[in-house]
Amino acid sequence: MAGGPYTAKVMDHFMNPRNVGEIENADGVGEVGNPACGDMMRLYLKVEEGKIVDAKFRTFGCGAAIASSSMLTEMIKGKTLEEARAITNQQVAEALDGLPPVKIHCSVMAEQAVKAALDDYVKKNPG
Amino acid sequence: MARIFFDHISTSPLDPRVFEAMRPYFLEVYGNPSSHIHDQGQAALKAVDAARAEVASLLNAGPGEIVFTSGATESNNLAVKGAAEAAGRKGGHIVVSDVEHFSVLNALIPLRNRGVEVTTVPVDSDGKVDPGDVAGAIRSDTMLVSVMQANSEIGTIQPVAEIGRIARERGVLFHTDATASAGHIPLDVRTIGADLVTLSAHNFYGPKGAGALFVREGVALVSQIDGGFQERGFRAGTENVPGIVGMGAAAGIAKREMGEWDFRLRRLGKRLWEGIAASVDHLHFTGHPSDRLPGHVSFWVEYAEGESLLLFLNVNGIMAASGSACSSNLRGHDEEDLVASPVLRAIGVPSDICTGSITFSLGKGNTEAEVDEVVSVLPGIVKRLWEMSPTYLDYQKQKAQGGA
Repeated sequence: MAGGPYTAKVMDHFMNPRNVGEIENADGVGEVGNPACGDMMRLYLKVEEGKIVDAKFRTFGCGAAIASSSMLTEMIKGKTLEEARAITNQQVAEALDGLPPVKIHCSVMAEQAVKAALDDYVKKNPG
Repeated sequence: MARIFFDHISTSPLDPRVFEAMRPYFLEVYGNPSSHIHDQGQAALKAVDAARAEVASLLNAGPGEIVFTSGATESNNLAVKGAAEAAGRKGGHIVVSDVEHFSVLNALIPLRNRGVEVTTVPVDSDGKVDPGDVAGAIRSDTMLVSVMQANSEIGTIQPVAEIGRIARERGVLFHTDATASAGHIPLDVRTIGADLVTLSAHNFYGPKGAGALFVREGVALVSQIDGGFQERGFRAGTENVPGIVGMGAAAGIAKREMGEWDFRLRRLGKRLWEGIAASVDHLHFTGHPSDRLPGHVSFWVEYAEGESLLLFLNVNGIMAASGSACSSNLRGHDEEDLVASPVLRAIGVPSDICTGSITFSLGKGNTEAEVDEVVSVLPGIVKRLWEMSPTYLDYQKQKAQGGA
């Protein structure tokens, strides 16, 4: 079901977001955005042998922010850290069959969240 | 699934009686009122004049004081720019409130560029203007005071009669934008002491594309559209005859039925207000608790974002509005086009949580059963968003620590 300005895929991920929640003792946590700007995302990663084996998120924000968060977690699960770091906001937006121009920043937030969570992982696991 | 329309501040459904009144003016009477020598033009002119009398009657104005326009945006532009330009002096000064519509605030931009100075008077936390602030803001070179009768987003009704009296005493023109209020609450231009009043037909069950500006007899305005001599020279262009006829019919119906609508809508509004106050935590009502539009309930919810609330409401068949940045201009070009409501900022809602604002605005067609449906659905939607929200999670953890 398409909803207003959004594609059916965005609405699906908004209505039935995948991987909402948090991971206890996560290997990497990334928090980006600011509720003052209208959206904020916190991403939790579980890493085993250089691969992301689980990802969960909590997001405060609009439909596009929640859908981008949900899609991102689907995209990074099973990926190596290098592969996850290479994911771009365009890839997230494309996976959602597109976002309205004013909402591109929501996919940027998703890209930044995974980079922040990976940075956190590197900090916790030096060398 | 039933569809519940609780967004009457954006527009109202056309009253079928209004549609019937308009119908002959598409196919049968298609004349141009300016060509009134022949029968077609004469019939169109008569219809426009009859509509003018009905709109005038709604405001206790004279028919010669109504200028038909394309809507409230044009009326506000004509009032603000037209009055400033007619004052005919260099510079000059205008007083407006902090919660005016963009069609007033943005009409001031070209005036500022020409040297007009503007004082914006604040509103209190209920969204009300203090008439004393207006009195204090008026200067010797003030040309115009513009304060709306009621705010569509938070419902607050302004003390326009007092503001009008102050403006009159000081010899300053007074404009009130009655877009949200006309046809819903009494509006007597003599009591208010208004010189200029903006009306929009589609906000009181009339058609879109039809509006009016009350221009008190003797008030000078510079026309904002160059062309012929329609509307006493205030507004060039062939009249939108079906729209004007519809506006007249809607004004007539509103005048006769306003009391009944008001009674019903205040009861429904109270039921909605009490219902959601009892069922949703972290909810803050906005606007004045009693001096507000009938059937208007506005609030914001902590830890939930406005657009997400609207999307979930819509999926549940409920159509409402939000002043949240994220839902402000989805057809814009980039995120610069997303702007949080200045009204929420003006009443002091903290910007980090003002995003969760909702306005439910009821109309004459809404029912008690619809109110009950909204009251039963809203708490679940809010809870779903809270469960996804990192800010709500943090709040709960803090609360748990505080309690331990």
